[in-house]
Amino acid sequence: MKESVYSICGMCAVRCPIRVEVEDGKVTWVEGNSNDSGMGTAICAKAAASIPFQYDDQRPQRPMIRDGARGSGKWKQVSWDEAYDYITDKLKTIIAEHGPKSIMLTDRGGPFADLRKAFMKAIGTPNYINHDCTCGRNANHACKSTYGMGRTGFAYDLKNANHIVLFGRNITESFKVKEVKGFLKGVKNGAHVTYVDPRVTNTAGKATRYWQNKPGTDYALLLGITNYIVANKLYDEKFVKKWCLGLAELKKFLKPYTPEWAAEETGITSDEIKAFCHEVDADRPKVIFHIGWLYSRYKDTFYASRMLNILNALMGNTEQTGGLIYPKTPKHADSSGLKSLSADIPDVKEPRCDSCDSDWDWYDNGAGMLQLAYDAIDTGKPYPVKAYFVHRHNPLIALPDPEEQKRILDKLDLLVSVDVNYSETSWYADIILPESTFLERDTILRTDKGPKPGFSMRRKCVEPFYDSKPGWQIYVDLAERLGKGEYMPYKSIEDIWKYQLQDTDVKIEDFSATGMVKLCDSPIGTSDDNIKFGTKSGKIEFVNKTWEDKGIESFKPYESPEAPPEGSYRLLFGRKGYQTHGQSTNNPVLSQLLGSNKLLIHTDEAKKLGISDGDTVTVSNGSKVGSIEAQVTDFIHPEAVFMLHGFGTDVPAQERAFGKGLADNAFMKGKLKDWDKAGGGLALNETFVTVKPAA
Amino acid sequence: MSKYYVTQDVEQCIGCKACEVHCKTKNNSGEGAFFCKIMQVGPEMKNNLPVLDFVYMACFHCENPWCVDACPTGAMQRRDKDGIVFVDQTNCVGCKACMDACPWGVPQWDVETGKVDKCDLCMDRIDEGLEPACVSKCTTGCLSFGTPEQASDQKRQDFAERILSQKA
Ligand code: SF4
Ligand code: SF4
Ligand code: SF4
Repeated sequence: MKESVYSICGMCAVRCPIRVEVEDGKVTWVEGNSNDSGMGTAICAKAAASIPFQYDDQRPQRPMIRDGARGSGKWKQVSWDEAYDYITDKLKTIIAEHGPKSIMLTDRGGPFADLRKAFMKAIGTPNYINHDCTCGRNANHACKSTYGMGRTGFAYDLKNANHIVLFGRNITESFKVKEVKGFLKGVKNGAHVTYVDPRVTNTAGKATRYWQNKPGTDYALLLGITNYIVANKLYDEKFVKKWCLGLAELKKFLKPYTPEWAAEETGITSDEIKAFCHEVDADRPKVIFHIGWLYSRYKDTFYASRMLNILNALMGNTEQTGGLIYPKTPKHADSSGLKSLSADIPDVKEPRCDSCDSDWDWYDNGAGMLQLAYDAIDTGKPYPVKAYFVHRHNPLIALPDPEEQKRILDKLDLLVSVDVNYSETSWYADIILPESTFLERDTILRTDKGPKPGFSMRRKCVEPFYDSKPGWQIYVDLAERLGKGEYMPYKSIEDIWKYQLQDTDVKIEDFSATGMVKLCDSPIGTSDDNIKFGTKSGKIEFVNKTWEDKGIESFKPYESPEAPPEGSYRLLFGRKGYQTHGQSTNNPVLSQLLGSNKLLIHTDEAKKLGISDGDTVTVSNGSKVGSIEAQVTDFIHPEAVFMLHGFGTDVPAQERAFGKGLADNAFMKGKLKDWDKAGGGLALNETFVTVKPAA
Repeated sequence: MSKYYVTQDVEQCIGCKACEVHCKTKNNSGEGAFFCKIMQVGPEMKNNLPVLDFVYMACFHCENPWCVDACPTGAMQRRDKDGIVFVDQTNCVGCKACMDACPWGVPQWDVETGKVDKCDLCMDRIDEGLEPACVSKCTTGCLSFGTPEQASDQKRQDFAERILSQKA
């Protein structure tokens, strides 16, 4: 018997709507949910690879407690009861000594984090943190400091754009299915695409202009561009006059940063910069400057992203077709939203361990900052942090310097991993709780923003193949055992859904037809009446006084990036469209597409070093040394080398991936502490490595 | 050439290999065997721009298939009603003659079964009125399934529309 279930993909953090076919209790087919017109039946390679993953024995199959030193790989398999006892016994001791605030949790954010936030609040700790210090924090904060709202406060109308400007945003490889389809529609409709990256990626192949700037000079290029646009009034004067504050200060600051100056710094000629500026002037307002996603790259990336935000304002593209559009919420459709699972839980009064509510209070404290929480674990200040839940997050490959991280993690009394994978971090944990895969679990409802706002539901398609539990069950069970069951009084997922829907007219049954519920019949269009900004002034603040008062200057004078020492190269990383960071490297099918990673190095540099394509080379930074195959190419800047992220695992249980390639983050020595203090993003491209032919 | 034709709009392909994985997970091809494969060409610089393309390669389902002629057991065969070329697994002895014969390296070796297998245009899906897995779920929709006549019309239509959008 063939059944069809509408659900939400969970192979990566994009979480696309899907339709799943199940035959005799087995998943046989996963495709896009065509009830979402932006999706159709399209789906990516990773989603399809969820089927073999489902039946893979190289994933945690039942709870496991460490039976040797941390990371020794010695495990004792236990029942769920034993696992819960182990965790609650330890937590009770920790809470007795240090209070519940000494517990922290990290995940990868997103629409389902509400459950984990509720769990943290229920047990009385403020320390919910997501992964974003290695992802969109700089862009998020840059948007906050100009528009007064987060990065996702705008959706990009790519398909109707005249010009799409991408600073390293590799939109066709680090892709979201709907976004890349919109982008390609724009391309088909003849949009200009300007792509800036020291490395030629698949996206460069779709561009109408490709700029290979010197690594670390995005900000310089943006200063040169903005200088010319402002000096020559190539912007929307009416919009800027009405909505923007600080144009005069911007102009004054930009004075020295002429296109000629930028050319020297970046390697892009001033003529090309000027031609670009005239082109966007002709293309506006349908011009989109992507403000960055994983834009945790350099120490001035926050300011680069801030300039991208300012450029959007100069284009007057707010709430314009082909520009930046407000994603419409249930409120726009005259409906209430989902009720937060935290809503009825008393507020936690304790300060955060990462000080995002005190010393760093310009940061968005809903997401926190993991590198600062690491400091708290390490130093015991502002207070000791002794227990850490890592929920399907993998800091040991996501953040720099795993050796340093392990030194810090060793100060914890309890490290719990909830995961579907044997990740590097779960392998280092005290206990692994196997979460059911997204095909095996129901999840809390999520809100879908967009022209037709609504809600959607992830459904369990098949019974768990191993002895795993869905995330909601794990946290409800733990809250109960910690004596906080009253705050998460759910016996089933239906109880949770009913709670979430209580303020709306929507019923659980309404989801069965298409997996989603739309709150209006026809799309809500754009309107100038919607224009509204979250800053104190209600305007787009080129100069943000509130942030300046906290010591965050609105415009940062440019400093050239450090040049790599002789024989060294700046280490860059990225990914392919069939990779999900480190999670896919061991997948039974995806591992067949990419056996290992390689080191991309420029032809001229390789020649100097006596390296030929295919040679094994030694890469090192201080004590960290590794060997890898070289790929010699003309398509990377000579100052940089590149490797795909997610390889070089040290987890033997990942049998297909173990020992293959190198992990970029392992070379980022000292970079856990050396980051962008204004924006909060880690500086993941600020590492130099030396490269030599292997002895 | 079978009655059917899979075409690709190369300009819209992003090299994401979803088609390969859709095929593998639908047809359970053996480890390392790919009934369809994306071949990258480039990058190379042309007019100051890097050109790199991804070309979809499956089976052409030839009118006079070399592979069928070469097969000594009759396992490799052409379906009468629509010309789809496929392998009957029960009769394949793993001699690899078809692999030698096919000019494009299409027939794939399955290490687990010790036999050859290949793209059959997902004929079970076609018989249900559906499209092959790769086409149906291609991330960008750049693959199309139809007849050669439809493909020709589509190409003309795309060209005409491009002229229009350049005018706008
Ligand atoms: S991009 Fe692919 S893996 Fe990620 S959620 Fe969408 S379909 Fe799943
Ligand atoms: S396998 Fe090769 S020879 Fe046989 S039908 Fe396909 S393309 Fe033609
Ligand atoms: S799925 Fe489509 S876009 Fe992706 S590589 Fe295959 S043909 Fe190209």
